[in-house]
Amino acid sequence: MFKARSFAAGAALVISTLASSHAFAASTLDAVKEKGHLQCGVTNGLPGFSQPDQDGNWTGIDVDTCRAVAAAVFGDAKAVEFTPLTAKERFTALQSGEIDMLSRNTTWTLTRDASLGLNFAGVNYYDGQGFLINKGIGVDDATQLSGATICIQSGTTTELNLSDYFRAKGMDFKPIVFDTSEQTVQGFSAGRCDVLTSDRSQLAALRSKLADPDSAKILPNTISKEPLGPVVRQGDDQWFNIVKWVLSVQINAEELGVTSANVDDMLKSDNPSIQRLLGTDGDMGSKLGLQEDFGYEVIKNVGNYGEMYARNVGPDTPLGLDRGINALWTDGGILYAPPVR
Amino acid sequence: MAESTMKPPRKTLGPIAWMRQHLFSTWYNSLLTLLVGYLIVTSVGPLLNWVFLDANFKGSEPGDCTGAGACWLFVSQRLNFFIYGFYPDELQWRVDVMFLLLAVAFVPQFIERFPGRKWLGLFGITGLPIIGYFLVPGGLLGLEPVETTKWGGLMLTLILAYIGILASLPIGILLALGRRSDMPIIRGLCVVFIEVWRAVPLITVLFMASVMLPLFLPEGMNFEKLLRALIGITLWQSAYMAEVIRGGLQAIPRGQYEAASALGLGYWKKMGLIILPQALKLVIPGIVNTFISLFKDTTLVLIIGLFDVLGTVQSTVTDPAWQNVAVEGYVFVAFCFWIFCFGISRYSQNLERKLDTGHKT
Repeated sequence: MFKARSFAAGAALVISTLASSHAFAASTLDAVKEKGHLQCGVTNGLPGFSQPDQDGNWTGIDVDTCRAVAAAVFGDAKAVEFTPLTAKERFTALQSGEIDMLSRNTTWTLTRDASLGLNFAGVNYYDGQGFLINKGIGVDDATQLSGATICIQSGTTTELNLSDYFRAKGMDFKPIVFDTSEQTVQGFSAGRCDVLTSDRSQLAALRSKLADPDSAKILPNTISKEPLGPVVRQGDDQWFNIVKWVLSVQINAEELGVTSANVDDMLKSDNPSIQRLLGTDGDMGSKLGLQEDFGYEVIKNVGNYGEMYARNVGPDTPLGLDRGINALWTDGGILYAPPVR
Repeated sequence: MAESTMKPPRKTLGPIAWMRQHLFSTWYNSLLTLLVGYLIVTSVGPLLNWVFLDANFKGSEPGDCTGAGACWLFVSQRLNFFIYGFYPDELQWRVDVMFLLLAVAFVPQFIERFPGRKWLGLFGITGLPIIGYFLVPGGLLGLEPVETTKWGGLMLTLILAYIGILASLPIGILLALGRRSDMPIIRGLCVVFIEVWRAVPLITVLFMASVMLPLFLPEGMNFEKLLRALIGITLWQSAYMAEVIRGGLQAIPRGQYEAASALGLGYWKKMGLIILPQALKLVIPGIVNTFISLFKDTTLVLIIGLFDVLGTVQSTVTDPAWQNVAVEGYVFVAFCFWIFCFGISRYSQNLERKLDTGHKT
């Protein structure tokens, strides 16, 4: 473990040195405009976040975050190309300029923010690690899990979080490690373990894949913080601001009740906050180097944060996730965007 | 006369005799026959049920999979994605044309008397890649360009395998000749090339190509991930090919080399007319083996985020709208690979029979 960590730190150092030697003189915004589309890195298939649908179109909340930026830059949510990336490749792809932004279910941590030559531009989903258990073992709380056999997917932070949690609580567990999430579910379903651990956003979907979903339940505990959000290269503050404020505009729009359905009526609104948001008043767009009505284009083409959430991961989707802490601060959640002014 | 009209004893003819001789000749053979028979009866029935009888073929939504068997709806609904990846719908005819040309070029190779099949085969390895080079990526002759990030599915698998196979054979031949050359520098270079590439796992090559290489390139110089993967696969494969062909070269008796020289042939004529035709014929099984393994190794591009046919399936079986469709998806992938690999293998057997000049003992 220690060796693995120091190796990872060393590798990160090498990569960051290499990355910083790249002087990205040209602005990302200009490069994107010249190309005519945004190149966005996503996962290679994670339900609700980024997954190809029936017709081969990318869908998901991470995908919509990219589309919102494309809408802000071009006024067209389709002006975006997706690059599916594995967990290992994602940062290199961004550093090398292969993609313009990374929106790939990536947890914001100090190490990543500080040592990889990257900047996290906000949070589009607050996730956390949880447990799916077999009802048969009669446990209601994670603190009763001492001695349990736990199915985990290898090579993820999930593994580290789990051992941190159990060590902190002075409990022990037997890990059973699988390569893919599909195998992990199969292992759980076949009774090889009593407990399955994964990000909470995925637990409901994994549960629905069981032969008998009623035999399992999700424990209320969350053992780690996983703020997921879009990432950009360090050193281009203009682009960093654009990605950050597009997300903020979506959250503010929900707070102000502006949706893709009513945005055209809202153009006539007297509320100065809405006027600034949609660009009918003030010069918010040009401060970022965008059109004045970039906020309007984002909401019109992609929708506000609430719409984006409901469409991809909300209660009416197969993932069926309640807003929980991802609700607005006014609704008891922690979603709080700085004001557009 | 009477003897010739007499029938042989019944015990030596007919199905009963055949069974006695082949299935129940000794007590342990009888036991094995019964055991295998039992296994076939107990496994084939449920398998057929799952694949065909209880399977779901009609409908369009996850809810239509009501039968107990396989849910093939999942595959049929996603077939477009599994074959073309993200290639735009309205441009898929371009890929279809390539599929058609591929079939036209290679299917006749299985039919002995097909007129002009030699020319079709020749077209398959010369004209076809050239047409594909213009048609699939587009961008020239007024064709709308389609970026390689949109390529995927079976089409990507075939492109990777086809180019890998086509390019690795000539490079492999050159490397094999180089390794047996009398010129020390050429020999040294070939040995180093072969030993380095052969000693590295393909996964490492792909990782280097996709993760490390971009960091060393100057900014702005960014060549496509697919191209990087293709170059990696080709170089890696040609090292293997070189060793297979070198095996063939070594099997040719010294006398053949000397006889060719005695005829006054130069190096290239000697190799091209006398040695290589014999050597390549000898190692057809080895070459085909390498082709087949390359075809299957293309699935490794999955780990660098390219969506080959396995990748497209793997990214969609996690779709929560469908319940437990992983098996159906993987069976479909296995079937795709089996068809192509079996085809390659049959063709090589064909070729071996045709080229057999009676030197085999």
